[in-house]
Amino acid sequence: MSFGWLLGRSASIVYTILVVSILVFGITQVLPADAAVTLLGENATPEALAAVRTRLGLDDPYWLQYLHWIGRVVVGDFGTSMRTGQPVGPEMFAALGRSLILAVSAILLMLVVAVPLGMAAALNQGRFADTATSLVSFVGIAFPEFVTATLLALVFADTLQWLPATGWVAPGESAGGFLSHLALPALTASVVLVAHVVRMVRSETLDVLHSDYIRAARLKGVPEGRVLVGHALRNALLPVVTIVALDVGYLLGGIIVIEEIFAIPGIGRQLMVAITARDLPSIQAGALIMAATYALTNTLADMAYTVLDKRIRYD
Amino acid sequence: MTDLVGRLLRTPQGAIGCTLILLLAVACVAGPWIAPKDPEAIDFLGRFRPIGAENWLGADQLGRDVFSRLLVGARSTVPMALAATLLGTVVGAVVGTTSAHLGGRLDEAIMRTIDAVMAVPGLLLALLLVGTLGNGSGNAVIAIAVAFAPGMARVTRSVALAVRNQEYVKAAVARGEGGAWIVFREMLPNVMAPVVIEATIRVAFAVMLFATLSFLGLGAQPPSPEWGLMVAEARQYVHQAPWVLIAPSLAIALTAIAFNLVGDGLRDALNPRHER
Repeated sequence: MSFGWLLGRSASIVYTILVVSILVFGITQVLPADAAVTLLGENATPEALAAVRTRLGLDDPYWLQYLHWIGRVVVGDFGTSMRTGQPVGPEMFAALGRSLILAVSAILLMLVVAVPLGMAAALNQGRFADTATSLVSFVGIAFPEFVTATLLALVFADTLQWLPATGWVAPGESAGGFLSHLALPALTASVVLVAHVVRMVRSETLDVLHSDYIRAARLKGVPEGRVLVGHALRNALLPVVTIVALDVGYLLGGIIVIEEIFAIPGIGRQLMVAITARDLPSIQAGALIMAATYALTNTLADMAYTVLDKRIRYD
Repeated sequence: MTDLVGRLLRTPQGAIGCTLILLLAVACVAGPWIAPKDPEAIDFLGRFRPIGAENWLGADQLGRDVFSRLLVGARSTVPMALAATLLGTVVGAVVGTTSAHLGGRLDEAIMRTIDAVMAVPGLLLALLLVGTLGNGSGNAVIAIAVAFAPGMARVTRSVALAVRNQEYVKAAVARGEGGAWIVFREMLPNVMAPVVIEATIRVAFAVMLFATLSFLGLGAQPPSPEWGLMVAEARQYVHQAPWVLIAPSLAIALTAIAFNLVGDGLRDALNPRHER
């Protein structure tokens, strides 16, 4: 990781955010709703509406409005929510924090399940365990989040009553409450990830197991356990890092639905509320923050890759 | 072409997937005629009637027959997903092939921009677009198509880069053909195979995405028997009648599985390394 590489990646993150900001601004500005009407209500006088439009700069050309907006975003001011009258930035970042807790839990849960499962399938290639795993992953991929979420809630919350169906408890408030409220959403988010990554781990492990250095290790008498964990696992897991990073985009999209269903005050729910209420500053901020998170995650994954695999150097 | 279909049907995934899709096609085309009951007929005495001879998959909160609604709802779900995928694939394929044909800095600039657009999760992009265009099935289709286009452009471009260096493209350039001719007549037909595989798998995502939008109240509107909408409406009655929720859920999943299977089978059938 040379300085030049980091500079290039930073430039590409900035470019990503620039493109996304234009895209988001472009889409939201053509919203049929008039922001002034949204603020003041249907019965506002034309004079009051005109005053608000002037104050918000809604009469300016689009490019000028964009420059005003992005100029404020650069210094960390995302504007004021049209729904609550509060600054959007702090609210969105607090929500992002809760979403990230959910996302990271889902990824951890996925790793704990998918890695051993994928390896087991590879070691039993062609046998029952392998077929069963690929069947399960095939089915898992086909369930959209809202279906998984409703079915899990039906079983674990409504029928068995083991876990709460909705809500969020901050980790500082009560550890037990936090975990029990997190369980179903994290499980839902991890289903598709598990299905995806199991297949990946399986095929990577198979590739690695057929490589020369594994044969060499076995021939020189390294115990089988060490061959698998010390030699095979490490190399089989490398590509998984990239896949997980790419899946973060999918995860962030899925989180919108999951937070909506389980009533979690994360960034996805904020966005849904904002879209329903046509709250432009919140929509713009939320979408921009989500995209930036994704771009950052992918860069971090590439950096992790170089640390894990010494053969790869970005110059 | 018939050879390809034959090879597809010889793969186990392809055979199962094609059977499922055939059943779906029948439901889409003939759903209203083969449905055992009127999907809109309200029967208050039959509210939440469980699975049985009267209602094969039970009845919902208004006593409507769930099986009939599923059959009729197929045409409000599956063709929408197909249309969205087709639209997104066509736009993406044209952009990707054009970008590969242009090459150099322009190609680089187009691809960087597409990468940037792909930083917005597909569902979020679709949500933003539906929020702008307004709720409804048609707008949901457009939104999904737009969300799919960048990914399809990427896939197409990677294939088109290889095609670009083929003799027949070079010959067309040497003949002095215009850019549009080269892109549409020489390159596009030759990148279609991998693009079709990708598109088939994407139909599965489109089904899920379309149902998700309807579930969130942004796609199909009540009283449509669209499957995602059926799940949304069934949620509040899940204590009384879980089957009303489970039936459309499984229909969505089965449809996604069917297209995934066919995509997987196509990949095997088209893969020259698997030649038997």
